[in-house]
Amino acid sequence: MASNPFRGAYALYLREMLILKRRIVKQIASMSVTPTLYVVAFGYGMGKDVTVEGVGYLAFLIPGLVAMNAMNHAWAIANEINIARFYLKIFEEFQAAPIHNVAYVAGEAMAGVTRALLSASVILVVALLFGVTLHCGPWFWLAVALNGFVFSTLAIAAAMLVRGHSDQNMIASFVITPMAFLSGTVFPLSSMPEWAQGALSLIPLTHAATAIRAAAFGQTPPLGSLAILALLGALFFIVAYKVVDAARN
Amino acid sequence: MISIRNLTKRYGATDALKGISLDVRAGELFGYLGPNGSGKTTTINILTGLTAPTSGAALLAGVDMATDPVNAKRVNGLVPQSLNLDGELTLFENLMIHGRLFGMARRDYLARIDELLDYVEMTGKRDALVKTLSGGQKRRVMIARALLHRPSILFLDEPTVGLDPSIRRRIWSLIRQTQKDGATIFLTTHYIEEAEFLADRVAFLVEGEVAAVDTPHALMARLGEWALDEMRDGDLATRYFADKQQAHDAADANAGSYTVRRVNLEDAFIALTGAKVTGDAPKGNGHGK
Repeated sequence: MASNPFRGAYALYLREMLILKRRIVKQIASMSVTPTLYVVAFGYGMGKDVTVEGVGYLAFLIPGLVAMNAMNHAWAIANEINIARFYLKIFEEFQAAPIHNVAYVAGEAMAGVTRALLSASVILVVALLFGVTLHCGPWFWLAVALNGFVFSTLAIAAAMLVRGHSDQNMIASFVITPMAFLSGTVFPLSSMPEWAQGALSLIPLTHAATAIRAAAFGQTPPLGSLAILALLGALFFIVAYKVVDAARN
Repeated sequence: MISIRNLTKRYGATDALKGISLDVRAGELFGYLGPNGSGKTTTINILTGLTAPTSGAALLAGVDMATDPVNAKRVNGLVPQSLNLDGELTLFENLMIHGRLFGMARRDYLARIDELLDYVEMTGKRDALVKTLSGGQKRRVMIARALLHRPSILFLDEPTVGLDPSIRRRIWSLIRQTQKDGATIFLTTHYIEEAEFLADRVAFLVEGEVAAVDTPHALMARLGEWALDEMRDGDLATRYFADKQQAHDAADANAGSYTVRRVNLEDAFIALTGAKVTGDAPKGNGHGK
């Protein structure tokens, strides 16, 4: 009997959302602490009177923080998967269910995107409290969602391949944290040497930060950046789908 | 209902299963008995799609788990050894997610959840967080979860391990009732009395190989009806007899400390496999009578 390969994805998404709902206060607090510290330390403490690319540093910084925070919270889906896999053993429940691996990846990826969108909303509120208003039209949310999709699918793939929490933390230390600082989130890439700009343009968060910043300033984001994010998201989705079986054996 | 052919599983240099072949009949309660590390959980993991075999085939209700896992999983219900419920969700939410994963319609799972929570006597805890439950209560919720989508085969992997004797008996009643309701049950256990009490047939598994398959009664009858336990040089030795008087006569000849009792399934396991079921997997055939 053939079946819809995505059947069951919503059940997995719903589970993640129920857990998120139960932790919502802690979650929002955690989503707001880091950006608030960045805004205070870099925006006020350092760059209050600095202008970058024609705007005040705070206005430049906040879209970068949106990109960084959305990435971090989409990536955090890997922690939830690890807890489900190594500690709660809930992963067995999903693997024993009559669903395709593609449904598993889709459900978890949707949860990662939702976390990314929520974290972006939290930063917008923080920004508002500091007197910064950004343009939050459809391009802005599309760029945040694509950013969330890229890093949640990457997180799922990584979570399927690791053999424990420490492996996951190591990937975060060597891949996610450097990306957070080197992708034009807290400083303009134009201030880097040309060779470095070329290298950094290979990083997905660079395109996310560029697209989100453009949209936040009311401009149409570079379609090339959006396309790269969409392509990388699709690629990581396929990789995640292919490696789900690796976690079973 | 379950057909296993030449199933092997290799982890690195270790052969967890060494070519197992078994058939479990529809409606049967099949006990899968062996010491820790004998391959019981590996077998269940393969039959439920949690692990792929190295070679061999597993058919569930005629559907091959290797070639059509989604449809093979539809007929399965699994109560794994670990208490794998979402502690941060309520009982209802845990069951609801399971129902959705198995493609149940909302109206269907709503009615079935209430029915099953009543069945496992957990109705009053419907909206409690799972993390507030005791181990025995969690195990009962897991049985309800496994039965939610009306599986025709229920896999129970050590369902009573670590539970109080009173809770264990309650779980046994649930298992019996589930079989009466029409399910085929595949039960792994290292509690010998559990298999003797519940199973229609049992397989003895030792070091990844099936040593014997039969009804508990037939396996015990291979030894005789009576067992004579004697202490010899500080070691317990057991001999088996068809007749009670023969056992007493044999004991009197030695004139030492002894007990005459009925043969049980543990005797059959030790005699037929050379292993002790309650301990770890044996390294040789040094145990037995």
